[in-house]
Amino acid sequence: MDRKLTSNSLKQTFDRRSFVVGSVQGGIGLLLAARMGYIAVAENEKYEMEAESNRVNLTLIPPRRGWILDRNGSPLASNRADFRVDIIPERLENADATVELLGDLLEFSKPEKADLRDRLEESRGFAAVPVANGLDYEKFAAVSVRIPDLPGVIPQRGYSRFYPTGASVGHLIGYVGTPSREEYDEDPKPLLLTPGFKLGKDGIEKQFEQQLRGEPGARRVEVTASGRIVRDLETREDVQGNAVQLTIDGPLQDYAARRIGLESGSVVVMDCETGELLCMASMPSFDPNSFSDGIGRVEFAMLRENDRVPLRNKTLKGLYPPGSTVKPMHAMAFMHEGVSPDEAIMCNGGRRIGNRFFNCWSNHGRVDMAKAIYQSCDSYFYHFAQQVGFDKVARFAHQFGLGEEFDLPVASQFYGTVPDPEWKQEKYGSEWQPYDTVNASIGQGYYLASPLQLAVMTARIATGYAVTPSLIKPDTSPKFASMNYRPDEIAYIRQAMSDVVNGPGTAGRARLPIENVLLAGKTGTAQVVSLSVSDGRSGPWRYRDHGLFVFFAPFDKPRYAGAVVIEHGGGSGAAYPVARDVMTFLLDPQKGLEALHALEEQWGGTAQQRLDRQYQTYASAAGVDLPPAPPPVTLSEQVDAEARAAYSGPDQADSTVFSPRDEANPRAEDTTT
Amino acid sequence: MRGAVSLPAPIAQFPWRVVIPLTLLVAFGAAVLHSAAGGSFSPYAGSHLLRFGVFLIVALVMSYFPEDWARFAAIPVYIAILLLLMAVEAVGQLGGGSQRWLELGFIRLQPSELMKPGIVLILAAFYHTLPVGMIGSWRALLVPAGLLVVPMGLVLLQPDLGTSLAIAFGGVVVMFLAGIPQKWFIGGGLAAVCVAPLAYFFGLQPYQQQRVLTFLDPASDPQGSGYHIIQSKIAIGSGGLSGKGFGEGSQSQLNYLPEPHTDFVFATMAEEWGLIGGLFVLLVFGIVLRWGLLVARDAKTRFSRLLAGGMTATIFFYVAVNLMMVMGLAPVVGIPLPFMSHGGSSMMTNMLCVGALMMVERWNRQSTSAGL
Repeated sequence: MDRKLTSNSLKQTFDRRSFVVGSVQGGIGLLLAARMGYIAVAENEKYEMEAESNRVNLTLIPPRRGWILDRNGSPLASNRADFRVDIIPERLENADATVELLGDLLEFSKPEKADLRDRLEESRGFAAVPVANGLDYEKFAAVSVRIPDLPGVIPQRGYSRFYPTGASVGHLIGYVGTPSREEYDEDPKPLLLTPGFKLGKDGIEKQFEQQLRGEPGARRVEVTASGRIVRDLETREDVQGNAVQLTIDGPLQDYAARRIGLESGSVVVMDCETGELLCMASMPSFDPNSFSDGIGRVEFAMLRENDRVPLRNKTLKGLYPPGSTVKPMHAMAFMHEGVSPDEAIMCNGGRRIGNRFFNCWSNHGRVDMAKAIYQSCDSYFYHFAQQVGFDKVARFAHQFGLGEEFDLPVASQFYGTVPDPEWKQEKYGSEWQPYDTVNASIGQGYYLASPLQLAVMTARIATGYAVTPSLIKPDTSPKFASMNYRPDEIAYIRQAMSDVVNGPGTAGRARLPIENVLLAGKTGTAQVVSLSVSDGRSGPWRYRDHGLFVFFAPFDKPRYAGAVVIEHGGGSGAAYPVARDVMTFLLDPQKGLEALHALEEQWGGTAQQRLDRQYQTYASAAGVDLPPAPPPVTLSEQVDAEARAAYSGPDQADSTVFSPRDEANPRAEDTTT
Repeated sequence: MRGAVSLPAPIAQFPWRVVIPLTLLVAFGAAVLHSAAGGSFSPYAGSHLLRFGVFLIVALVMSYFPEDWARFAAIPVYIAILLLLMAVEAVGQLGGGSQRWLELGFIRLQPSELMKPGIVLILAAFYHTLPVGMIGSWRALLVPAGLLVVPMGLVLLQPDLGTSLAIAFGGVVVMFLAGIPQKWFIGGGLAAVCVAPLAYFFGLQPYQQQRVLTFLDPASDPQGSGYHIIQSKIAIGSGGLSGKGFGEGSQSQLNYLPEPHTDFVFATMAEEWGLIGGLFVLLVFGIVLRWGLLVARDAKTRFSRLLAGGMTATIFFYVAVNLMMVMGLAPVVGIPLPFMSHGGSSMMTNMLCVGALMMVERWNRQSTSAGL
């Protein structure tokens, strides 16, 4: 069509081209119809599933955690129903606006808002950040209706962990918390990302995580794109985790923790016959309730800066020179190595060993084995340790549990040290010297033991059986192997240790205010620094001597054994009154409590009250005036010390009848070795 | 004069062949909008029907305009729309931001919409006046190209890529139908292939580039710009053969589908009415477009022929791009589905196109009867 263009030829072009255009249109129409048929019919199943997964939101319901019970079935850790609000930082659109609005709804103060903002910034994004729990229904409802404006905010009904006795069980039970990224990597289950889910972070809570956890429930809901729930489709209930029953006696644990008072220390009490640990108190401690709510940074800083290490479980991880508390055990070793108990030496305020004179803490004159124990004469032990050889004595120490680890469900326990020539050679590459024997013979030098080890040692001395401690209530009581000591050897040591308290010994004030029951024990004072630095009783706290006391009762038919260590208590005088009161409470709760109440009045409240006050002081000093959330103390009545006194009278103390004795002679100074 | 001889003239001459399918489609659209509003006539379905009524009357009135009027109006209308486009630009500059409409108090006027039928009208008028022999000349290409580029540029400045492409499509189809040599289309096509990458990297806004990328691989950004396409396909795909039932579409009812009442109204429909509803919509569009092309073919003058062809192409462009978009065959460009999407501008544009087609149909009939 070059030159001969006419109107007609243009019309033909138009017709031809409009046919092309029409065909293209028809073709595209067919293409669209085919495409739609393909999507809607051939791929229908796939897209139906995707539409369904859009519409239906499966939320896991965190399972209720199993309870942790004491030996009598009272809860040491239980759950409280509450309303809570969490934030999933990843899903936030405008963090500042959300915090502002949410803060207003929950009536947060300015510092609280700032704290929340900080926590969001520090969070890892995918895991829920707890905002508030224990909310009343009005606030919970106020947040719930604003959900479309608050993407990433999750209000829910749930349960939070509750420890009725708070700080008393902090180290033992541990606490729970939101899973960290590491914990999720280790166990990548969707449950760990579910808001409101907490797992055990320490202590029993961590060791028995799988048993306590339970099975999560699930809720299927129809949700809009913005996450608003339209209706519930179906709900599967969660299965609560199994309970864990400990051998711990809840009230005794609480009592012991409170009895430690202002000091830093630990109390271990165990059942000599079964090895069951009745009490493993370590103070100062933290309140696991506030840890479980997501501990405030202020509180954590306060705990971390405390020089009395409230974050360490001292019963397992506190190591101290055992001091004179090892003397009864050493005496048993001497006997077994052929030293007659009647064999005596002269203590002239000390003893020459080799070519050097070593001081005793006093001049005891003629000293046999019994006197050496109840008067805690050092010279006697210098002499016979040298005679027997400390490598042999050290083997006995291991036999009695020092330097040993026990099969307990705990994250870690410290071995401590029982020094002997081989050990010293390996560790320091130097020869064992007579002064090493001298030091070790009285539990000083390299000697280190934990309160748990001291308690086990005492139980083994008292019974002559290889008692091993247990923390989980067994179905059957275990049979322990005999350690092959003659009954008369055991009786001799028992009597000597009874004389420490009830006779002419070093701890007369430790005598139980209960008729018919005699406490046997041994004092110990562990020097921290040499006498040239400090006299061990006054001056800077960290230079003072540790006070130790190991004990069992009744002395002639041992049922309970234990150890008390008061860090930097200035000597054993700080330790044995605690042991006395704890044993008194165990046998006669009413009497024990009277003593405690009088003391707590001086100290300014129970451990929990003091902790709360300390927190407030610290918080106001740090410039962040956050009110600590006080847990409603309802359940605690079942397990705290007062509760025991209320329903169990003095009948326990009467259950075993002992021969009457005269009043022990009131003597002996507080300060002894 | 097909068939209906026994009916009185006004009834016989009423454009039933387009009004009946359109009314069915708009009614169906209103039902879908009713569902998209969560089972309510307000705010979408009611105004949708009202607008259709109003613009149908406008279209019918328009259909009575004689051909001379239309031809003489072409230039003034084109200039007026250009001025309006410049006014939009000016207001946008003064207001310190881009905008696409003029606030006239009673109506929010989007001049770029008017330009779609406007460009068809001016080009049809141009080719009508162009001497037959000059169709192969440069003048037949360059003048229309100029007429096309100016409004496209103004609309691109807004920036509104979709509308400027729609204007270009209408214009190019008129030029094609007018019979300009094929080599220019082939050359133009090649040039476009070469320019496309450049345009992509230098001409498109980042969000538009993202949309193109997303179109190529929607899964690359399922929460961002791929979200629209994915959700739309889920809605259509989950509808199956017969749909989930009126008001039962979870994608649209629970807000997973973005823009369920405007750009993605077809997905809303398909979810609840299934493939059957989709084929019905396609069928109606097929009937309307076929009617448009038949009108064009029957047209007696060059002007009316090109006008009808261009108007049909403009409607087709809307339908095709929108449907390809919701089915994942084209990037998301923000073009509504004629007669179903809620929105005054698109209803206005499409009804003006339909009005122009009815007008041409009337001219055809008049010349036929006059010729007889």
